[in-house]
This record gives sequence, structure tokens and C-alpha cells, in this order.
Amino acid sequence: MAAPSVNPGAILAPIRGRAWLVGDDVDTDVLAPGAYMRGPVEELARHCLEAVRPDFAAGVAEGDIVVAGRNFGMGSSREQAAQALRILGVGAVLAPSFGGIFYRNAFNLGLPVLVCDHGGRIADGDRLVVEPMAGRVADETAGIALDSDAVPDHLAAIVASGGLIPYLKQRFARQS
Amino acid sequence: MAAPSLAASTLAERIVARAAGRDRVRPGEIVTARVDLAMIHDSGGPRRVKPMLEELGVGVWDPDRVVVVSDHYVPAVDAQSAAILKLTRDWVKGQAIRHFYDQMGICHVVLAERGHLRPGRFVVGGDSHSPTGGAWGAFMFGVGATDMAGVLATGETWLRVPETILLHWSGQLADGVCAKDMMLHLCARLGMDGGRYQVVQYAGPAIAALSMTERMTLSNMAAELGAQTGLIAPDAVTAAGIEAAGGDAGDWADWQDDGTAACAERHSFDAGSLAPQVAAPHSPANAGPVDAAEPAAIDQCYIGACTGAKLQDLHAAARVLKGRQVAAGTRLLVAPASTRITAAAAADGTLAALTAAGAILLPSGCGACAGYGAGVLAEDETCMASTARNFRGRMGATTSRVWLGSPYTVAATAVQGRIADPRPFLAERP
Repeated sequence: MAAPSVNPGAILAPIRGRAWLVGDDVDTDVLAPGAYMRGPVEELARHCLEAVRPDFAAGVAEGDIVVAGRNFGMGSSREQAAQALRILGVGAVLAPSFGGIFYRNAFNLGLPVLVCDHGGRIADGDRLVVEPMAGRVADETAGIALDSDAVPDHLAAIVASGGLIPYLKQRFARQS
Repeated sequence: MAAPSLAASTLAERIVARAAGRDRVRPGEIVTARVDLAMIHDSGGPRRVKPMLEELGVGVWDPDRVVVVSDHYVPAVDAQSAAILKLTRDWVKGQAIRHFYDQMGICHVVLAERGHLRPGRFVVGGDSHSPTGGAWGAFMFGVGATDMAGVLATGETWLRVPETILLHWSGQLADGVCAKDMMLHLCARLGMDGGRYQVVQYAGPAIAALSMTERMTLSNMAAELGAQTGLIAPDAVTAAGIEAAGGDAGDWADWQDDGTAACAERHSFDAGSLAPQVAAPHSPANAGPVDAAEPAAIDQCYIGACTGAKLQDLHAAARVLKGRQVAAGTRLLVAPASTRITAAAAADGTLAALTAAGAILLPSGCGACAGYGAGVLAEDETCMASTARNFRGRMGATTSRVWLGSPYTVAATAVQGRIADPRPFLAERP
């Protein structure tokens, strides 16, 4: 597929939710445990982050935001890691850096992930507002504003379409 | 397909430039590249991409450029894994894909031993250890299933042109020290994100002295450095390896890089002073010399995976185990990385040496490394493995603990029942 061009209409609405803090180097085995990889992804999602936050899958609400340390999503190419977060309703992930394959997978599945050096200023459970296209993060609980990298132009069209497959479907439709 | 000849470009930039149809590319640019070869397996492959391609209303763009390997759920252990393997077979047939390796070994090893890899080629794999192909001078990297569906539908993908991080190794490895130890040391030194999703390139006399098998271990674990791929410039060893695998080494001599191109970072290491390395739970970056490691009691030793069960890995283990026995209270599981490797190890007496020592042979596949196949760990169990990853819970129960080492170190640990330095075992024959 060609490098996606910017879609001027690709403006993602602000995402509002509570912060779920996790540490550095959260790997894809923790996000998508191997023992559940054979079965339906909905079942796997119930065990997402179980090893580091047993309260996560049952407690996370639509729009909530995972606030992670360095290298979030390192490890396997299994995109169920990003898909599980989507199924659970996660609205965005903020981290200073991401595993390279996970980063692509997340956008391909319509999950915006933002490079944000939050430096421990966000507390667990804080109310956040994330504006992915502008690269702005507001912590309403702490009353602070943080910067993040904006969603890169070449990924904006993909994530605004809801992921790579809807994006390609639209492109194919335009070509035919 | 002549290689772009620009002295100021790194090997990675030259391969990407060719695939992108450009004279030159520069790090940071977003480009679209034509894919020379796509590799998928039973876990992230047909079962995931089939519904996406159906949604798009297309088949694979070029069946001859697609390789499919069933290696994750092999052999089937329940109705779910059996259904995944059947779906894989049926889809391959429906797409008229000729290069299908059903339960013949782990994809990264099979791709190389069947001669599919060539220097200078742009290759996408549906698995995170796809950087293994970089040992053959191919720009090969891993993607998830949706990215792969995009590749299969269009024959293209986008990428941000990576910088190159040069890892220069001088000196000569001591006996009992191997590529796996080099990688664990690099994980400790650079960290799990030291590769920054850029390219790492291995160079220097210690790299030139390595076999293709050992070079594959280096490139394989570029994934653990967080790199997009791990390149080694092709040489006569590469060309001979490709020819031996029945492949076409072709224009390998055009894809050179003398290390003078602009690399973003350079790091130097001395192979001669490297001791066997052991990575403690739960990260490959928790590595250090084996003699400094806590001599933990080990329940299970595992020689397997794309990283640590190639023929040379089995030879290493057999050198330690020949004439010795696995300690009481410890079990040693061996899953050769491919059926060809199993056959070769049977023919040259390696399997006999392993089984005489008490090793249990397992099928060729990803197996327990990823917690899929036989050999997963119970609560609180300990394991020493020749695999690439010891993340929490990956090989079984969340409370299990996994150490990583070379096949030499795993074998020595099996004999000792505790984490052990393999060098004394090699110095004195039983």
C-alpha cells in the first residue's frame, strides 16, 4: 500500500477518560497472553495486562487512557495486543516511546497512540482529555497541560478511517 | 535490478531506495516500498488476514512472492489449533501459494534453509523475529497481521527510512561463547529500546568469522534491541550459505557497506573478553556474565525456538552433554528448529548424544518459547532457555521465572541442575 496522504478531514475528536498507569517495557505477552492466543480475541482481552494490573480488564471504561512508561508494546508482532485494548474501550495510549511493531499495529486497528514524555506528572485515575491531532494532553485532576507528539500526517488518514482496512477499502473504492 | 551506488548511503538506505524506486533515501523520510517477499505463519497469517482480504475483495497480489509456514500451533493439541492449521492449508490452496511449509520448522529458519532470502531484497514477515533475515543482507522486518493484509493486497508497504546504528565487534570469541552471548550482552548494554526501531548493523572481524547460523542469532535478536531489523553485509559466507540452501546468491557482491556511510551511532565491543551471558527474569536486558549469576536451581531447561535450536545450537549442547546426564530434579526439553535440522542431527549422532543424556525431544515449532506448545511452566517454576525472551508469563504461569543463555549454558545448567558456566564442561571431557 502507498504511503497514506493526509486527509484534511481527518480530525479525531478529543478523548476523555481516566488514566491507567503502567510501567516501562510493558510487553505484548502481558497485553495478549499466549495462553489465550488460540481462542477468540474477546476472551483474550479479558486477560489484557493481567500480569501487571489484575484490575485493568474488568475496571477499564470506554475512553480511558493507558499512561505507560518507555517502550510500551515491545516484543511480539501479535496485533491482538492493540486489539485487546480497543475491545476494552481504551481511547488512547500515552508513552514516551513504543515498540515499533506495536506502534504501527495500533494505528492499523484505529487506536491512537501518542508519544508523550509525561514524566510521572499524571497520577493513576486522573481525568484526562487527549487531543491526538493537536498533540495536547490535559490532566483535569492535576490541572496541568502536557505536550505530546501529534499523530504523524501519514498515519492520520489511517486512524481517522478507523484503521488500515477501512482506509484501504475507501482507497480501492475511489480507484474503481 | 542494480543496487543504487552511493557511497554516502548505508546498506539499509540502499536496499530501501531500490525497493522504493528511488536513487537515494534519507533517514526520517516516509516512503512506499515494493515488497520482494512476504512471509506469514499460522498464528498471524491466514486466520487473521483472510477476513481482511475478503473485506477488501482481493486475493494476494503475487502468490509466488508469498511464503507460508505453519509453526506456532504445531502439531495440533486441541480443536482450536487443529482448526487454525486446517484453515491455513485451505487458504494456501485457495490462493495458489506454492511456497507452503506445513509443520517443517520455525518460519525464520525454514525461510533461510529453503533458499528464499537474498541480499538486497525488501522482505516483510508477519512475526517480530523477522529481523533474522537481515543476516542474509535482506532488509527484513516484522509487522502485525493488518499491516500484512495491506502488503498481501497491494504488494507495498510504507516505512520511515531508518537510521543505522553500527555495532562493531573486534576480537575472537572464546570456546563456549557464541552469538547468543553477544546478543544478551548487547541487550544489557543498549537496553530493550536501544535500537529505537532503527536498523542495527553488525560488523567487524568477529562478525565476519561467524557462520550463517550464528549470524542469524544476532539478527534474530535485533528484535530484543527494539530495532526494525539487524543487518549484516553479505560476504562469501553468505553467498555460500544461499547456494547451499538451493537459492540464488545473484548480485550479493553489489550490496556492500564498508561502514564508512553516515551511521547515527557507532558502538564497539570486544568478542575476546566476552564471557557466557545469562539474562535473569524477566528481561533479556537483565544480562551479565554467567559467573556473576545467582546459581538458581532450575526445574526445566529448554533448547528451542528460532533463536536457539538450529543445528549449530544442538551441536553446542551435545558437546556439553555427551557422556553426561541431566541432573535429577531437572528436565531438558529439546525442540529442533526445523525437521531438516532434526534429520541432520539424527544423521550426525547429535540427537543420540542428547537423548542418551536424558533430553526429551519435542516437535519442531515455536512451542513453549511463546507458551503455545508442549513444555509450558507451572506456578513458581524456574527455566533456563536458549530462546530470545523471558518476559513475565510468556512461557507459562505468571509466577514462573525464566533465565536466558546460550545452548552451551542451557546444557551445562541441565547437567548441574543449577545455572552453570559451560566452559569447565568443555575443558574437561567426562
